[in-house]
Amino acid sequence: MSDHDHIYSTKFQDKVERSTLLMFIMTALTVAVGGIVEIVPLFYLPNTAMCQNDPSCNNTQHKDLQGNTIPMDKIVWNPVTSEHKSLAEWVPGDGVRPYTALETAGRHVFIREGCFLCHSQMIRPFRDEKDRYGHYSIAEESMYDHTYQWGSKRTGPDIARLAGKYSDEWHRKHLKYPRDVVPESVMPNFFFLEKNPVNVERTVKTMEVMTKMPFNPVPTSIYTADYIAAAPEALKDKTEMDAVIAYLQSLGNHVKFEEGVNYRD
Amino acid sequence: MEATNATPVKYDMDVVRWFTIAAVIYGVVGTFIGVYVASELAWPFLNFDIPEITFGRLRPLHTNAVIFAFGGCVLMATGFYIVQRTGATKLWSNGMAWFTFWGWNAIIVCAVITLPLGLSQGKEYAELPWWVDIMIAVVWLSYGLNYVMTNAIRKTSHMYVSNWFTMGMIVMITYLHVVNSMAIPVDWATSYSIYSGVQDAMIQWWWGHNAVGFYLTGGFLGIMYYFIPKQSGRPVFSYRLSVLHFWTLTFGYVWLGAHHLQYTALPDWTGSLGAAVSLAMIIPSWGGAMNGMMTLSGAWDKLRTDYILRFLVTAMAFYAMSTFDGPVMAIKSVNALSHYTDWTVGHVHAGALGWMAMISFGALYHMVKKLWNTEMYSDRLVNVHFWISLIGAVTYVVAMWVSGIMQGLMWRDYDEYGTLTYTFVESVSAMHPYYVMRAVGGAIFNLGTWIMLFNVVMTVRQASAARGTSPVAARA
Repeated sequence: MSDHDHIYSTKFQDKVERSTLLMFIMTALTVAVGGIVEIVPLFYLPNTAMCQNDPSCNNTQHKDLQGNTIPMDKIVWNPVTSEHKSLAEWVPGDGVRPYTALETAGRHVFIREGCFLCHSQMIRPFRDEKDRYGHYSIAEESMYDHTYQWGSKRTGPDIARLAGKYSDEWHRKHLKYPRDVVPESVMPNFFFLEKNPVNVERTVKTMEVMTKMPFNPVPTSIYTADYIAAAPEALKDKTEMDAVIAYLQSLGNHVKFEEGVNYRD
Repeated sequence: MEATNATPVKYDMDVVRWFTIAAVIYGVVGTFIGVYVASELAWPFLNFDIPEITFGRLRPLHTNAVIFAFGGCVLMATGFYIVQRTGATKLWSNGMAWFTFWGWNAIIVCAVITLPLGLSQGKEYAELPWWVDIMIAVVWLSYGLNYVMTNAIRKTSHMYVSNWFTMGMIVMITYLHVVNSMAIPVDWATSYSIYSGVQDAMIQWWWGHNAVGFYLTGGFLGIMYYFIPKQSGRPVFSYRLSVLHFWTLTFGYVWLGAHHLQYTALPDWTGSLGAAVSLAMIIPSWGGAMNGMMTLSGAWDKLRTDYILRFLVTAMAFYAMSTFDGPVMAIKSVNALSHYTDWTVGHVHAGALGWMAMISFGALYHMVKKLWNTEMYSDRLVNVHFWISLIGAVTYVVAMWVSGIMQGLMWRDYDEYGTLTYTFVESVSAMHPYYVMRAVGGAIFNLGTWIMLFNVVMTVRQASAARGTSPVAARA
């Protein structure tokens, strides 16, 4: 028997090694398993903010102190059931909402400048993070974030609940020349944002795209035809600096968290 | 594992030579950009108020340059080299290999232009705009098809273990790239992921960790299984261990992405599952590292004289170390401290500089000698490069480990009155010395790549001069 006919492992392994096709199929199957098990359930299990366009859906099963399920519209703003019917009327505490036109433009700048590489938007349920940043983040709070922005590194602080923490004026100064406000900062100067007008056409198109997403699209009851049509007016004469500040001031104040209620599963 | 038939095979090695030279050049460029972005964090004035070179835009260029330009060219050079020599056959299509070469380089040029302009999809290691993603898919499939078909037309009875790993990588990267890049374009420059929030996070880290697990590990294990035996002149320590290594690694690595999302809004079970499998992964990883190391049994003395072998073996040591570091960081209580800190950066670079780059350097030197049928211009410079790489990598990794753990401890520290001891910015200023140290370590490492470039250029010139013809005349 020549060396090449000798089987050193198992018959099956030997067969796989001899056949390119079989090796290809076996690896293609082997590497698929983990991803399927971990990803697919996230599209239907509770607490993953997957409701798509179904208003009756409540797979967000947060429980109050008595163990009753908190109604979905206390977490995610629904203009049909809320007393505030439009994005203009929405107030913090009404629940998670999509971004306004100006915030959408700001979010584009945020991604473009790679801000997420140093600033996370995901507060973990630890005492120090509560004291430093606020209540831990829940899934619904990023449900409209197509391209999530949780981040993976805190070279700068977390900004998941930045809304209202500083004035617009502080942000303007800080974004332009961070070390004028915080001498130890290592953030680049973003003074140039003030010179760039907002890209109106791109922002309007972005809002239209957001209503067409296959998963968690913005409901057209919120981005109504009228709202999108009014966007160019809202963006008129705005700079990228105005847009980024609007975006930062919208982060993390949407849900009113009740004391003592555990919003995690 | 070599040619089994008596007639010598004429291989298609031109394209391998070009990929090899490209890899050497991108090694210099990629690590140089890395040094620059590291310096920007140590000395922010280096952003020079020029939007195109601010940290947020250059950092993706660094990661893309080292992963896809340097790592990609190494993988394609070694892949095409190994598959031909272990299969005793020419490439299935030499023309398609050239398409892969020029296509891959065109993608790199697009990245160099678009990333500084701020075109980003906002996903780490997948920032490139949607139309470049399509280019990547096409070029990657051309590489994959050619690779699989060359295996299919091999003259040897069995596929060599290196080819299993590379094939696994090709399949998995195709899955990852296609699923993770699903986006709706707004215009030529902008697109948004079709997933959001929790689902997007999980898919992103399924991609992110398996770019590491398959592209930067699976593919490079293929390099290990070919070049360590070839350079040391010893057979692979254990065939059975390599079978175990391959199937456990390909099955297990895929699950790990979730450990990047512990304690986030991702459901708890997913992160815990990722952590559990991460711990189990010590077994295949260390089994593989042992397999590479023990291949040297009986030939350890060669380390005294063979500088190329030093690269290859040191890489195995770093591989073993970072595959221990990784599972430890995946443990939930450790992750609570390490996540969001420089520890992660240190871990990545222990793998990238110590394991991936070192094994690449060893393989590239080995191939340069074979491809141009010559000795190195200077063996001493190979040795200098080795020590410089080692010092640079260790300096970098130690700096980031210390700063990472320090950051984590400062953020969670409470004083006797029950209030946070440090403001965030105090942790930023405490990092300064380590950011300087990291930049220095990176610069040392980068210096080594320049030495390699010089040595390789001189070697190729010397080989061509000796032959008095073009540099492609050598028999592979």
